[in-house]
Amino acid sequence: MSKTVPVIIASLVGFLMIFAFFSPQLLWLRQTAEDWFAIITTIAMIYGGLTLCFHHLKKISDSEAGWGFSAVTLLAFGVTVIVGMLKIGVVPETARNLNHPWSGPFLQEGGAFWWIYQYLFSPVVSTMFALLAFYVASAAFRAFRAKNVEAILLLVTALIVLLGQTKDREITTLFLPAMTDGSTSYLPIADLTEFIRKTIVTSGQRAIMIGVALGVVATSLRILLGLDRSYLGGDE
Amino acid sequence: MNRETTIWTLLFIVGGLSLAYHVQSSERGVGQQFVIPVEIAGRVDAATGVIVPLGAGESTEGEGVIKGVRYDKAGRETSQAVYSLSRTIGVWVAAILTLCVFSYLYRDNPFYKLVESIIVGVSAGYWIVQYGWTVLVSKVLVKLSPDLARYAFLPETPVDAKPEYLYLIPVILGCLIFCRLIPKAAWLGRWPLAFIVGTTAGLKLILFLNADFVRQIRSTILPLVVLSTNASGGSDFDWKQSIQNLVIVVSVLSSLTYFYFSVEHKGWVGRISRVGIWVLMISFGASFALTVMGRITLLTMRLQFLFDDWLGLVRM
Repeated sequence: MSKTVPVIIASLVGFLMIFAFFSPQLLWLRQTAEDWFAIITTIAMIYGGLTLCFHHLKKISDSEAGWGFSAVTLLAFGVTVIVGMLKIGVVPETARNLNHPWSGPFLQEGGAFWWIYQYLFSPVVSTMFALLAFYVASAAFRAFRAKNVEAILLLVTALIVLLGQTKDREITTLFLPAMTDGSTSYLPIADLTEFIRKTIVTSGQRAIMIGVALGVVATSLRILLGLDRSYLGGDE
Repeated sequence: MNRETTIWTLLFIVGGLSLAYHVQSSERGVGQQFVIPVEIAGRVDAATGVIVPLGAGESTEGEGVIKGVRYDKAGRETSQAVYSLSRTIGVWVAAILTLCVFSYLYRDNPFYKLVESIIVGVSAGYWIVQYGWTVLVSKVLVKLSPDLARYAFLPETPVDAKPEYLYLIPVILGCLIFCRLIPKAAWLGRWPLAFIVGTTAGLKLILFLNADFVRQIRSTILPLVVLSTNASGGSDFDWKQSIQNLVIVVSVLSSLTYFYFSVEHKGWVGRISRVGIWVLMISFGASFALTVMGRITLLTMRLQFLFDDWLGLVRM
């Protein structure tokens, strides 16, 4: 019972999605299922938020090492949710809606939630991604060695594409002089980059995508046929 | 105090003093933000009770007029622009947090950990609010109680909208996930999970089969001899396009051969799969370069924020 019903639910809904794709009469069913999916996912996300709170509250109550950071996380989470759900600082967009103070968009410019997004969330996330520039470069310096044909191909392509992405004309032509008429350069690295991207990169990614698609189809079928029940977890 | 701590303390003091001097001496101001107030006003129609926008030149004072003010971003030079303390604080907070994240380049430290903790909480809260408004209010509340939705949050909800109680099912199913917190009823928490997994499996199966399998194969079936029409109406051999198509077909087939493990990679199959490895290596090299460039662009943007938006040392 505890595992049979979930398998039936997963199979029923999954096959319904597949049939609905081929039958226009079942399109409404597909749309409804997608709505239901979004609703359940949202409630699951709330559950996730609750679990996050429990986890950090436990760390604080046990006075574990770094409990102060847990308190900061909880505070940041609480303030974000309260400010966002109460739409603090949001005003109605049009005169017609002036008697509906909560009618403005939750991410309206000037609102408190927008402030959190603009000055906390966005800069920190983009800086964290920017940090990867240093780590990718340092890892590449330590790991990349032109030991065989494959490694040389990888290195040379990376170098060409890096140079080709540079908009500076002197760099993309390796400082060679321009034609006598001043138009095109002798070494069109930008063109070569474009050729590599359009042909070989596309082909390599295409082969990977075909492989991934076959993998997804196989895994999905295993789930829908009840052969793969790992998502149900262990016995509880 | 050891030597390292002394050096860092000195660096912080020098940095702080330079910043304080810059704040005092800068004409442009450090991180100063300006906004322009936009007034939204309407008059309550006595007969219908509906608020109608004011006509051109109509006074915003008087009985029955309701007003609201929105603040849009403006340049310092814009007329009627006013100084915004909240946004200026925002720029300072963003700049300090950015520096805290960059401090990780030295080594893991409490400043970085503090930002990490903040961002964990903020990002979890951000997605809950995002889905709360776009799904729970815009989908659930509108379907279950359109009148309440129209009255409180979404005035554009149609007046003739009827409640659709069918939407109670996903709400109940979703709430079952909280049963995971009760050990004896934890098995009930698998039902919503099964719905999510089943829907994803069904949708992804079709999506990947269509977009990543059939469409990719279709895009690879290309003419190896391409002819283009010339000015006199005749046909010319387009060698550039033909070579491009040939490279694509050969590259895809050789890469797929490399991924085909049911046959031992010996002889012809081995040679073709070796070409496939080369194609994949070139592809990885290009992807690596593009990733590095993307990250460097992000880094440039962050430095631009620090030196232009915050300190005002450079003008972009």
